[in-house]
Amino acid sequence: MSLLRKHSVLPGFNLTMGFTLLYLSLIVLIPLSATFIKTTSLGWGGFWQVITTPRVLASYRLTFSAALLGAGINTVFGLLVAWVLVRYDFFGKKIIDAIVDLPFALPTAVAGISLATIYSPKGWIGQMFAPLGIKIAYTPLGVVVALTFIGLPFVVRTVQPVLEEFEVELEEAAASLGATRLQTFLKVIFPTVWPALLTGFALAFARAVGEYGSVIFIAGNIPMVSEITPLLIITKLEQYDYAGATALASSMLIVSFILLLAINVLQWWGQHRHSKR
Amino acid sequence: MSIQIRNITKNFGNFSALKGVSFDIKPGELVALLGPSGCGKTTLLRIIAGLDSPDGGQILFHGEDATQRHVREREVGFVFQHYALFRHMTVFENIAFGLRVRPKATRPSNGAIKEKVTRLLKLVQLEWLADRYPPQLSGGQRQRIALARALAVEPKVLLLDEPFGALDAKVRKDLRRWLRNLHDELHVTSVFVTHDQEEALEVADRIVVMNQGQVEQIGAPDDVYEHPATPFVYQFLGDVNLFHGRVDEGWAKIGETDIRLPEIDHDQAERALFFVRPHEIEVSRNGNGASGIAAYVRDIRRYGAVVRLELERADGDGFVEAVLSRDEFKANTVSKGDEVVLQPKRIKVFPQSAGQEVMDYVI
Repeated sequence: MSLLRKHSVLPGFNLTMGFTLLYLSLIVLIPLSATFIKTTSLGWGGFWQVITTPRVLASYRLTFSAALLGAGINTVFGLLVAWVLVRYDFFGKKIIDAIVDLPFALPTAVAGISLATIYSPKGWIGQMFAPLGIKIAYTPLGVVVALTFIGLPFVVRTVQPVLEEFEVELEEAAASLGATRLQTFLKVIFPTVWPALLTGFALAFARAVGEYGSVIFIAGNIPMVSEITPLLIITKLEQYDYAGATALASSMLIVSFILLLAINVLQWWGQHRHSKR
Repeated sequence: MSIQIRNITKNFGNFSALKGVSFDIKPGELVALLGPSGCGKTTLLRIIAGLDSPDGGQILFHGEDATQRHVREREVGFVFQHYALFRHMTVFENIAFGLRVRPKATRPSNGAIKEKVTRLLKLVQLEWLADRYPPQLSGGQRQRIALARALAVEPKVLLLDEPFGALDAKVRKDLRRWLRNLHDELHVTSVFVTHDQEEALEVADRIVVMNQGQVEQIGAPDDVYEHPATPFVYQFLGDVNLFHGRVDEGWAKIGETDIRLPEIDHDQAERALFFVRPHEIEVSRNGNGASGIAAYVRDIRRYGAVVRLELERADGDGFVEAVLSRDEFKANTVSKGDEVVLQPKRIKVFPQSAGQEVMDYVI
């Protein structure tokens, strides 16, 4: 620990570190470890059995793939929205900037109900897809739509400041050296933006994995088809199967933690590659 | 390659940055665009590069109209004040960038790129930095890498926007000498923007002095320094003392003092501006019978090889600065509070009615 201490004009390492640990313990670590402790009452065999039933496995597949897909969609379009907001001046820009944050503020149930209504075969958007044979609401596709909706602000808000700081001179330099617009984007702009993009992706993904409120209204919740893991956890809680619920929660926690850790490592690697001696 | 600038105008909203600028740049020349900030020099450079488009006028490269040509196709190398190096690429990759983005048909092989980049690194004397990243370099090193990167695409024209503006004084002096030598070696037509008259006078073959979106004077450094065309140029190139007065039948009347101007053919009495450089003033003690402008010594400061005197005119009409060599000062020493007489050794007269007409008197 003493290795981490450096002389600084602002003292208080002990105080702030102590507070950080206490705060993290109260808010994050103790509740989470309680989950794991409750799970242990099942024993390994029971734990493994609960988390590997076909219905649970199907829910994992849906939850994680829909979350990845939603976060992926947000990464592409969030970058686009951030780009437009940073680079261009247009009428109503401030309003659009504010709209981006709405998914944060809206109660998720409201979002779920409105999305379900609009994307149902009779809804405004759903009726356009119905003749093509594409059903959105009450299918896994609906889950993706909901998870995309709630994750949008993360990518926009992490990428926006990086784009704002990006020097236009770098683009001009690339152009004067003969780079086409695509080359300038791929070789100059994208490498600068991608750590922020990855952070935004990770946040959107993490949020999507844990999302419950908006999804259950649009998903249809058909077992084996459009049932997400958080819903299974709630179902188990309603049946007073607390150990089973915490077992599912623990398995989700572990997978999410591994994925987020991997993203962090990827980011760390990306940043340190450029400052090695 | 020669560049012709024809009546270029550019407005930003109500502000007119360039008001019809025209001049020619000869092949292989090193030209300085010199002027105070906001005079339009950087805007003009960006228009030559194709990074900005003019509202009116034409840019001709080698006699061909290049006004509409995209920066990518102009074959110009542009060096930015703040380097604009790509932070996520090594020094090597930065320099190689212009070669790697070429279409497949004209892109050199990896071996050829390596050879060329190594040659350029040698040229800027930074071979050992090839694998570093830009944040690990000093300002002077970054600017040399930026120059190497611009030269890698073999530009027909090299454009530099305040290339040494962000560097400290010592590095700046070294680098501008180095740039001059480099230019003598490569002979690529070059234009650089600066607000530092010393830099322009030392480095350039020709200087274009700009002010408020217009060209004030174009000429060789000596020419511009010795024979400034306008009061602005005189004031901008070096320190200067300004006196308001009148010219009248061979005499300059400054306050209560009359100074004889030889070879005068300006017999009409009128108001005029008189400019005197600080090192072209003789300071002598009062009472030696010398006639001149009476003043009091207010401050004496020694800088390196010179002594700088701050003098207040006895008639209360402002301050005058005089610069003496240490020897001159020793031979005729004065101290704070002394009353002295100032005799200009050389006066530049700008009669107010004459417009741009200038009279240069050596006394």
